[in-house]
Amino acid sequence: MEKEAVPPVERTILFEQLVKENMRRAYFTALGLTGSHDLAMEISQEAFLRAYKSFSRFDTERNFFTWYYKILKNLWLNLKRGKKRKRVLRFLEVKNELYQDDSMSNYEQEELKDKLEKAIQLLPEEFKEIIILREFENTDYKDIAVLLHIPQGTVMSRLFYARKKLAELMRSMV
Amino acid sequence: MNERFFYLAERHLQGNITPDERSELKDILDSNPALRKELSEQEKIKEVINKMQLKNPSREFWDKYWQNTYNRAERSIAWLLIISGAAVVLTYAAIEAAEQFIQNTETPWILKLGIAALVAGAVILLVTVIREKFFSYKKDQYKEIQR
Repeated sequence: MEKEAVPPVERTILFEQLVKENMRRAYFTALGLTGSHDLAMEISQEAFLRAYKSFSRFDTERNFFTWYYKILKNLWLNLKRGKKRKRVLRFLEVKNELYQDDSMSNYEQEELKDKLEKAIQLLPEEFKEIIILREFENTDYKDIAVLLHIPQGTVMSRLFYARKKLAELMRSMV
Repeated sequence: MNERFFYLAERHLQGNITPDERSELKDILDSNPALRKELSEQEKIKEVINKMQLKNPSREFWDKYWQNTYNRAERSIAWLLIISGAAVVLTYAAIEAAEQFIQNTETPWILKLGIAALVAGAVILLVTVIREKFFSYKKDQYKEIQR
């Protein structure tokens, strides 16, 4: 059965709702990929814009973020290819409650954070995205499998190797 | 390392491993000390990751996010209109200029021929450059690589 076209006004309202529902996840995913607040804002909004332009092709029964993520990732890869970026490595913060943790000084925590930020940015793209999705956004394995078009078993092995690589990179920064 | 090990290691690292799975993981680790070392490394990096979170922008940022996205959409529509309008105006002006130039009986035919050759040459040059750029981009094996 052919789907009925959504009228423009309703389409915009629906789209606004989808942006508001997904903007945090979109921004944080972009932040993890780019490592920069400005770039994350730029590409996450641009990806929404592109999503809007081809919104008539989107099946509203399906998960919006899965569709959006593909646009966002392509945009990021194109941008990366297109120009040398000035790397701004300030996209992580120490969880608030840990500032009260006596086992590590604030300075040590900040140093650890800097190292982790650098190491994440040095990860190959396929490792970086899976670390961001799972470890920082808590996306479940099933959703990651759908987003990355890989089996769930591969999600787990890739996460394992991504963490291993991350540990190697952090060690090399000593 | 097999799929079962990755599964059990992941369950262990996320803290939701069942007692049966824990004992299965222990058996695997007992029979392979190298895996124990690997898992210990995973635990350490996981501990570091657990201390961090992605930087959360201010509340104002989230309040303005939709508005900014909407403004960008409006701007892109404005640009589309400007470019389409400019294309129409310029094409019309070019046709008018060409018509007047051809119909102008005072211009010597040799000059008309020269200008026509100049314009045709420029158009051919432009087309070849565009075509070359397009094909070299399509065939570039290293276009995915960041330079």
